[in-house]
Parts: sequence; structure tokens; C-alpha cells
Amino acid sequence: MQQDFTYAVARIRYRENKLLGDADLNALLSAKDADSVIRLLRDKGWGDGVADGDVDGLLKHESEKVWEFIDEIVPDRSSFDFLLVPNDFHNLKVSIKAITRDLKPDDMFIRTATVEPELVYDAVSKREYNSLPEFLIEPAQEAMSVLLQTSDGQLCDIIIDRACMEYVGRLGKQNSEEIIRLYCERFVAAADIKIAVRSAHTKKRMDFILRSMAPCDTLDVERLAQAASMSFEDILKYLETTPYSDAIPAINTSMSAFEKWCDDSVTEAMKPQKWEPFTIGPVVAYLIARENEIKAVRMILSAKTSHLPDDVIKERLRAMYV
Amino acid sequence: MAEFWSNSGLFFALLGAALATLMAGIGSAIGVGRAGVAAAGVLAEEPSLFGKVLIFQLLPATQGIYGLLVGFLILSNVGLIGEPKDISVLEGMLYFASALPIAFAGLWSAIYQSKCAVAGISTVAKKPDQMGKAIILPAMVETYAILALLISILAIFGIAGMSA
Repeated sequence: MQQDFTYAVARIRYRENKLLGDADLNALLSAKDADSVIRLLRDKGWGDGVADGDVDGLLKHESEKVWEFIDEIVPDRSSFDFLLVPNDFHNLKVSIKAITRDLKPDDMFIRTATVEPELVYDAVSKREYNSLPEFLIEPAQEAMSVLLQTSDGQLCDIIIDRACMEYVGRLGKQNSEEIIRLYCERFVAAADIKIAVRSAHTKKRMDFILRSMAPCDTLDVERLAQAASMSFEDILKYLETTPYSDAIPAINTSMSAFEKWCDDSVTEAMKPQKWEPFTIGPVVAYLIARENEIKAVRMILSAKTSHLPDDVIKERLRAMYV
Repeated sequence: MAEFWSNSGLFFALLGAALATLMAGIGSAIGVGRAGVAAAGVLAEEPSLFGKVLIFQLLPATQGIYGLLVGFLILSNVGLIGEPKDISVLEGMLYFASALPIAFAGLWSAIYQSKCAVAGISTVAKKPDQMGKAIILPAMVETYAILALLISILAIFGIAGMSA
């Protein structure tokens, strides 16, 4: 049965007032140092119970708080798997590398995932892959054996990243909500474009590039891989023929400018959800908005700590949902 | 059989009264329930908005009252409340027909009004000062329930006048 989001959306409408807007970000930017930024954030209700000066703790706390809120308002979190599974794949990567390098992985795990990170770690360390959820079994087996046989960390990452992209793409296609389909499609396409650009810069071979990319509806992956194996300019030429032609100036500037373009275009696409009262859309939009907000605060805090000029930070800040 | 036909006028009139009360009541129950869910969501965040969201929740309740009113008028006109009367099959069917506007318009207007009320509750949650504007929008849907009620009442009185 389809879930009813009326209650969740009503609660989110109220919380949207508490999201950071452009004016709030400007206030954070004009704060004189990281401590002042944290003080302003605390006034906005950030980091209750987190010790002063614990910047990472504050951001982690906020990220976990969002999901605690979602658990409170939505009976079944699985509707948001498309946002959480990348963290499962991250935890798989961390587990495999920690096991093969005999390291403690605890600090590197992301807690907001569909599977407990310890379960992933245990399954991989005992080679009991069947105790993992289905979408992790194959990539876990393949990545582990590749890493053990070749010690090639990059290849291991490629296997897991591709599996992640494929799975998110599949979740998007299976979903009837337009906004989720769009998000998943953008997720895969953006990853493919990033792979193409990096591969062109590092002069990777076509077969390597193809192996790294996942199929999606808005890009012809073979043509993109072929362009990437030729030159950076060929990628831009190909992208002109795709829905991502608007991203070309950003790609030309830098990878972080392209990442900003991706986030901004998703935020723009989410904006009509502000007027939708019944569907999952506003909940998804809120989650993405909170994620962007935390990303923006992280950027401001690290820039303040390393004394970067405000203009440099401003260029990288994402457009806000509210 | 003959007894059945002689009483079937009453049966049709009662069916009309039941339909008006039932369908408009179902619409209101769905509407008030749906708006209540949204109202509870807002109250979980901001209990001080209780007065405002309660008004939105009550908007789709009126159709049920209109259905009840029409049902009551039919019952009283056919003598099921008060002095018993002889009702012909034709009269019974006319009463049945007179209940249809509020039965159907009541059901659907309550459901659609609740959608509008939920959206209004969201508006108030975000901008409590916009209460006045937000309430006008679902109130517009009420117009069609009132029009249906008017026709149902005019028809009932018309039938009563015809048989007098």
C-alpha cells in the first residue's frame, strides 16, 4: 500500500522555516572565525548536546538528527533508500580496506545507512557475504577478491562505485515519484560525467572508463567514454548534445564547480515540492536541503579555519532550498 | 406484494434520507480525518497553532451537517418524524431524487475541500500570519456544497407543496 505523507509533510512545512536561507549563510560568512560561526549555528538550534569546539561532532550530530526526525514522521524509512545506499557502499569500501590493511574502521563509517556498518564489516571479515543485503553481496565479493589478488585500491573503488551507481539508478527507475526518478538519474549521470572528466585528465583507456561508468537514460555512456578516451574537449562536445549542456561552463571551470552545478540543479528541480501537500516529494526535498545545508556549513567552517577569503567560499556555496 | 408497493414510497424517501446523510457524512469523515492528520503534524511542531489548524480541520465537517439536515427534512416531510403520512411511490421517488444533490456534491466537495484544507494547514505552519488568505481557498469549495444543499432543500419543500 502506498504510504501517506500528509502528517510528514505538515511537520516538514513547519521545519522548512528553520532551514538556513541565503541571508543566514551570509551571516555565517561574515562571522569573524569558526567559533563565531558555531555560536550563530547554536542560536539556530544546531548541535544541542555537542561539546564546544567539536566541529565534526556538530555536523555529524545534525546529519543524524535529520534521520531521527525522518524515523519519527515516516513509518518506513525504506522509501529513502536511494539517499542512504551510497553510505552503505561507502561503509563497504571502508570495511574492505580496513580488513585488508588491518585498520580500525570505526571513525570512517557513516552511521546513516540502510545496514549497520558493523554488520557489513563482520560479513566481509568472515567472508559471510550472504548475511549482507542482496545489493551488496556481489560488489563485496568482487571488490574483496580483486583487492586481495591485485592490491589495486582504485579497481576496488571502481567496482563498488559502479555497483552503487547501478543500484541507485535501478531504485530511481523502480520508483513512481518523478522527483526521486530525477534525483537518481542526476546522481548517476553526474557520477558518469565526473568519471569521464577525470579519466580524460589522467588519460585512461576506453575499457577502463567504460568499466567505471554506469548506464543512465540521459547519457549515452559509450559515447561519453569514447569522448573521454580522446580528450576533455570531446567530452564537452558530446555534452552539448545532452540535457547537461548547461553544465559545460561549470565543467570548464573545475570539478567542484560542476558538483555545485549538480547540487544547484537538483535544488532547483525540488523547489515545486514546496507546494505539494501529500506526496513523498517534500520529504525528499527537505532531506536534500538539509544535506546541502550541512555541506555549506562544513565548507564555511573549514574555510574559516583555514582563513580563506569570503568570496572564495561564496563561489562554492550551493543554492539554498528556502 | 400489494402491501409492499403501497409502502415503497416511504422506502424510497427513506433511501434518499439515508443516502444524503451517509454520503455527505462519509465525505466529511474522510475530509476531517485527512485534515486532522495534517493538523496533528503541525501541532507536534508548534502546539500554539491549535486554534488556527482546528478551523481548517472543521471546514470539511459541514457537508455531513448538510446531509443530516436534508435527511431530517425528508424524514419529517414523509411522517417518519412526527405525524404519520401516506406517501405515494412517486412522492417517495421524488424525495429520493431531491437527496441526490447533497449526497454526491457533499461527498466530493468534502474530499476536495480537505485537500485544500491540508494545503492551507501547511501554509499556516509556514506562515501563520497568512491564515486569512489560506482559509478563503478551502472555503471556496464550500460554495458547491451549499448550492447542492439549496437545491435539495428547494426540491423537498417543492414536493411537500405539491402534495399539500
